[in-house]
Amino acid sequence: MTTSRRKFIKISALGLGAVAASTTAINMFGSNSTIDELVKKNVSKKFKRTATYCEVCFWKCAAWTYTNEDGEIKKIIGNEDDSHCYGRLCPRGTGGVGMYNDEDRLRTPLIRTTVNGEQTFRKASWNEALDLIASKFKGIKETYGAEAVALIKHGAPGSHLEHLFKAFGSDTIAEPAYAQCRGPRETGFNLTFGSWVGSPEPTDIRDTKCLVLIGSHIGENMHNSQVQEMSDAIDNGATIITVDPRLSTAASKSKFWLAIKPATDIALMLSWMNVLIEESIYDKEYINKYATGFDELKKHVSQFTPEWAYGITTIKPEVIRETARAMANAAPSVIIHPGRHVVWYGDDSQRARAVAILNALLGSWGRRGGFYFKEAAKVPNFPAPAYPEPKWGWKEIGEKYPLAQMGITTEVMKCALPDKNNKFPVKALMVAGTNITKAIPNKKLLEDAIDALDFMVVVDTMPMDVTGYADVILPECTYLERYDDIRSATNREPSIAVRIPAVEPKYESKPAWWMAKQIGERLGLGDYFNYDDFKEVIEWQLKEMGTSLEEMEKIGVKNYPRKSGPMYLNEDETYHFPTDNGKIHLYSQELKDLGFDPLPNYTKHPEPPQGFYRLNYGRAPMHTFSRTVNNPNLNDLKKENDLWVNPKVARIIGLKSGQEVWLKNQDDIISSFSIKVRVTERVRWDSVYMVHGFGHQNKKLTRANGKGINDTELISKVFTDPIMGGTGMRGNFVAIITENPYKNTEI
Amino acid sequence: MRYAMVIDTLKCVGCSDCVVACQTENDVPIGFCRDWITETVNGSYPNLDLELKSERCNHCDNAPCVRCCPTGASHIGDGGIVLVTANECIGCGACIESCPYDARYQHPDGYVDKCTFCHHRLEKGQLPACVSVCPTKCMYFGDLDNPNSEVSQLLKNRKHKTLAPEAGTNPHVFYLI
Repeated sequence: MTTSRRKFIKISALGLGAVAASTTAINMFGSNSTIDELVKKNVSKKFKRTATYCEVCFWKCAAWTYTNEDGEIKKIIGNEDDSHCYGRLCPRGTGGVGMYNDEDRLRTPLIRTTVNGEQTFRKASWNEALDLIASKFKGIKETYGAEAVALIKHGAPGSHLEHLFKAFGSDTIAEPAYAQCRGPRETGFNLTFGSWVGSPEPTDIRDTKCLVLIGSHIGENMHNSQVQEMSDAIDNGATIITVDPRLSTAASKSKFWLAIKPATDIALMLSWMNVLIEESIYDKEYINKYATGFDELKKHVSQFTPEWAYGITTIKPEVIRETARAMANAAPSVIIHPGRHVVWYGDDSQRARAVAILNALLGSWGRRGGFYFKEAAKVPNFPAPAYPEPKWGWKEIGEKYPLAQMGITTEVMKCALPDKNNKFPVKALMVAGTNITKAIPNKKLLEDAIDALDFMVVVDTMPMDVTGYADVILPECTYLERYDDIRSATNREPSIAVRIPAVEPKYESKPAWWMAKQIGERLGLGDYFNYDDFKEVIEWQLKEMGTSLEEMEKIGVKNYPRKSGPMYLNEDETYHFPTDNGKIHLYSQELKDLGFDPLPNYTKHPEPPQGFYRLNYGRAPMHTFSRTVNNPNLNDLKKENDLWVNPKVARIIGLKSGQEVWLKNQDDIISSFSIKVRVTERVRWDSVYMVHGFGHQNKKLTRANGKGINDTELISKVFTDPIMGGTGMRGNFVAIITENPYKNTEI
Repeated sequence: MRYAMVIDTLKCVGCSDCVVACQTENDVPIGFCRDWITETVNGSYPNLDLELKSERCNHCDNAPCVRCCPTGASHIGDGGIVLVTANECIGCGACIESCPYDARYQHPDGYVDKCTFCHHRLEKGQLPACVSVCPTKCMYFGDLDNPNSEVSQLLKNRKHKTLAPEAGTNPHVFYLI
């Protein structure tokens, strides 16, 4: 692109037609009808149901899309045979209808252009947009190599485009789901047990006697089967222990809520280890049989008494002892939950190691009510030529983080910054299915990197903020309108689920598989896309797996018997953990050899200066990060986030619930929008809290634009995990501003 | 037959799935709802109690909305379900004012709308949409006249409350506490 500065386009695009009339307020019975007639009509309603799995979050629950006789999508109901949802979707899955109905959806391909000196988007045909992308990619490949074209992706569209990129010769691929989310725990558990936790987490919550949530918010995150199983655990009388500076929903359901001082989890966990070992209530048999490094661990934690931890965590020593004993009493049916979004303070892999070690001491990994051995069904790859070998990719880009197991988005973005010494120049970027301006911290880095790119493409269903930076925007159809990869995920039993379109794609939107194929063919990679319709791919795969599309259309989900052996350790047989020596590593020689602490240590993290509060963020059950905020059904439940403020703080500053405030962080960054105060005892006096995902900049998101604050824009200080490159985001502090800082400026 | 709903506040996480499921099942227009979530916090940090619960029409035996309806549109149907006959409703809003639970709203088409316990589903032997979708399975539905029904058993064995008992409405949505 020749434009001097890739300005974020906030204005309405030129060339777009008027917004279609609102289709809400469905009148399903005329004003002359009676309720009794309505009953009859409802009872006799004829629905067609089509198998799918949800794409509103990553849990991918299998479901049925119900369409009426007019072919309209009316509702989405969980598939009863599915172990991700047991027939019950969460609010987002139920509200998936709104993703399809949202009139703000991207409708046509858009291309950046300049009109009268102003940058804007114009409508383009698919051919024009795809030709432009292919010619840009080709040109960059000729000058810099295919590796210089990077992909940042998430979810189902991501996997189709990943195939395109690998076929093209680029492995410069990353996703925020790793370095901005669950990466540290995968690395920490891998170092300890030799395997990732994975998704869904193999936590045997339904059979547990003690569930410990430390930085996990089941019920606010709607990780569906886990929420359901936690409810079962409550029915079964399981002890729930929640460690959280905030009274989370889960904390309110817990026997023990440990209202910990933020940033001190490792100290608490070290003292729990201390109690388990000092009181000799750890699982000795399990440790003797399966683990190495116990003597080093024992020596290490002997100094970390509950009294020591009290001074750091503010948790009373007797509570630390009592909770450790409660865990030991329940062991091995106990789960110290690994959490999911665990990029906080830069020592997160070590924090995850502490979680893993505690589970090992309690003997919970591989035990009923602890962690089961997960299994997934193997879906064969559709025949395609081997991928070419790139000269460099995500691995080389992230090489200074020795245990990074996936691409680090921030490192990939840094490669786009102008630097003559950069060995890995990134010149073009495709972003698919992720709104990186809300997923990746340090907005300045992101904007500088995007600005330096030669070319940027965004694939999305909605005009998310990230689309404002693109040169070309491709409108993807929603999951309800397309075929996609077969879902095979790790679980107690292997299972597969299919996604079948219930309706034709709205507007001119298209599935990502089609975009990948179209671009691929223009790049001479047709051999990698040897099908006309992705349906053929899954038909072939299902046949290979002993079933058929015809069968799957009827059942949606197929569960297979386990092949990998029992779900739990068989005490009479030897078991080799997938580590180098077949044992659990309490002490990590691998970390030691790399120059890191072989056993976790507590490090003191910065605390908020006077007048500032730690910015904590989290989830609301009806939203998936930023992607659902404009969904009419889900927006109806929660339109904006609010700022949780302790009443003591409110009194000092003079704040009232509902009052509009702005936030300024430690680097003088001021929030783009205001947020309403919610005075509540549920939050500590040293921190404020908000739900992540709000404060959308793009005016084309008519419901979400300008509503609430985007926490990510206030996260300018990043604490990078030296082990795997995770971007710690919980060490940012904000001051509360009561006067509108934009009073005299136009934004 | 006396229908009742029992909701376990110890399990409800306040996710609002019941609200969306009701909207899509009953074509409730965006911006309105027949059921909703409330949150109550008591105490001071860190000695706190939080109660989350799903609320809706209480299908009262002594229903003020039915008593005050000038046209008879609001009535008590089979199983004690309080209903509104749309074409008899003149949209005067008296029932909205009289309801101690704020359970009714003015539908954009001019009549008053509210929870029906999904009686169109009951006729098919299905549970109300909210009950069948709830991810925490905290909602139970059944016949209070049957002493062996799940709802009867829960009320027999568990501590529970109703909302606004002082209103004397004899509500039929019960909360386990």
